[in-house]
Amino acid sequence: MSFWIVNTLNGLSLAMVLFVLSAGLTLVFGLMQIINMAHGSFYLLGGYIALSVIQASGSFIAGLVTACVAVMLLGAGIQRLMLQRLHKQELPQSLLTLGLLFIIADVAFWLWGGNAQLVPKPAMLEGAMTILGVGYPVYRVAIIGMGLFVAVLLWLLLERTRVGALVRAGMDDEEMVRAMGINIPLIFTGMFAFGAGLAALGGVLGGPLLGMFPGADFEVALLAFVVVTVGGLGSVRGAFLGSLLVGLVDNFGAAWFPQFSLFTVIVPMVIVLAIRPTGLAGRA
Amino acid sequence: MGPIRMARASGWGEGLLRPMPVAGGAILVVVVLAVAAFLPAYQTELVTQMLIYAIFAMSLDLLVGYTGLPSLGHSAYFGLAAYATALLALKLALPFWLAAALGLACAVIGAFLFNLLALRTARAYYLMITLALSQVLWSLAVSWTDVTGGDNGLPGIARPVLGIRLDGAGVWLVFVALVFAVSTLVMWTLVRSPFGYALRGIRENEERMKALGYDVWRYKLLVSMVAAFFAGVAGILFLSLNSFVGPQALSIALSAQVLLMVLVGAAGTLFGSIFGAVAFVLLQNVVSSWTERWLFVVGAVYVLFALFAPAGALVWVRERLRSSRGRSR
Repeated sequence: MSFWIVNTLNGLSLAMVLFVLSAGLTLVFGLMQIINMAHGSFYLLGGYIALSVIQASGSFIAGLVTACVAVMLLGAGIQRLMLQRLHKQELPQSLLTLGLLFIIADVAFWLWGGNAQLVPKPAMLEGAMTILGVGYPVYRVAIIGMGLFVAVLLWLLLERTRVGALVRAGMDDEEMVRAMGINIPLIFTGMFAFGAGLAALGGVLGGPLLGMFPGADFEVALLAFVVVTVGGLGSVRGAFLGSLLVGLVDNFGAAWFPQFSLFTVIVPMVIVLAIRPTGLAGRA
Repeated sequence: MGPIRMARASGWGEGLLRPMPVAGGAILVVVVLAVAAFLPAYQTELVTQMLIYAIFAMSLDLLVGYTGLPSLGHSAYFGLAAYATALLALKLALPFWLAAALGLACAVIGAFLFNLLALRTARAYYLMITLALSQVLWSLAVSWTDVTGGDNGLPGIARPVLGIRLDGAGVWLVFVALVFAVSTLVMWTLVRSPFGYALRGIRENEERMKALGYDVWRYKLLVSMVAAFFAGVAGILFLSLNSFVGPQALSIALSAQVLLMVLVGAAGTLFGSIFGAVAFVLLQNVVSSWTERWLFVVGAVYVLFALFAPAGALVWVRERLRSSRGRSR
């Protein structure tokens, strides 16, 4: 019984980190049709910046806020100065974001070195608690809570605010939104920054669990790609379902078939895509 | 742009390029013979690598540039052919040429099976699904250690014999250059054939091609198998160059690299991919010899290309030529 509880909770906490990360990826794609190859780089930068700020100030919250704001500014800059010039040009966009992936990976290696480092947990979330008679780390439970909180917040933002309505309108018919006199370039910049900020938040939340190391950008980006492909590009609900699937399958797969841990994540995805090529919640 | 205007537009481009195959062939012969005769083994192998990557990149260009299928999993066929050849030669002790032929067959069959799935999608979804399918093979290569050797890969594949042993770096380069020349010629003929123009039509307007009675799905499937064949040729040459194949040959990193070669050179021009492959090998080896920050430099080059020559080097040069000619008139 404790095997099931522990692995389910582990899977859920990984799923929530993945959800925060992939929500940014899928929203940016949904609005601008950009597949951001450098999305994992924002995750890595978020984790590393939080690490440095926490080490300097001792405050997890300060690290979280600094990391998210810094990466959002970087994202806004990248969109304004570079991506905006390549609107709707998919191949040059891939070229650009792959280039940025290399640059950020190298800068991060230069600044933070090649060793794996764990982002420190907030002091109040240290230790373990008891769930259904099984001892379990408080921090992982807190992550599950945070992930659900972000999910609800995103839903409210998209469905219940004016900005959210504009974003949804932009996803459906960009030209019409433009014609109605709405400043859609500003929405694009804002959304790209927001997506980058979500990736950074994923890095800060996931940092204490998964650690930060050269190559982490690639590793999580790959998982995020799997999540949004399974869930359906452009759909936040799909990203949520996809994250749950990938998080749980990854944990149980690693527990049952340790030699084939990578294989177990990819195969369910291939099965989903064989049945629904546009993902669980995707639009054709 | 409709198929007809489209055809005329590329006819213009190829008119400009017509002397290129002849000049290119002459340059290839001179460079290859000079390198094989005079340069030390290390430089000779770099040139060999350029030619192998060029075959690989051109094969991807058939998909990305000509058909409009953005694949981020092209290493699957490169690695599949290399692994299959290595396994057949090592475990079943088959002669190299037979193993290589079967390896190519594996790549083509692999492309057939993968594309039954991948071709149900298009654009961004196609990119994601090809990435995922290639990751299936990569994860198998890493985790199925009994067969694939895991991260250690499969070492110890001898270079083949063709009348003489193709052992020395110079002899091997000449052989690879021959394969390169034949592959280039075949792919070039293909993209200039009615089949090639149908592919361009699919890229520009798939619905119209369907309305014209083309079986779009079959065209896509066929070109995927051709692309996989040449990717497999490159993979097997690479296997022989290093006498080794490891998971790197199936990695997303390699798929991304070959896509970058195509994009930097100019997608949809075939010759651009050759430029991209040469530039890539040069950049990686030259820059990494003078700075530790080579990854940064390489990344910056891609960013600059994306911003200032988004359609690729060859198209950029073509546009400069055209505008300078326009001014002199």
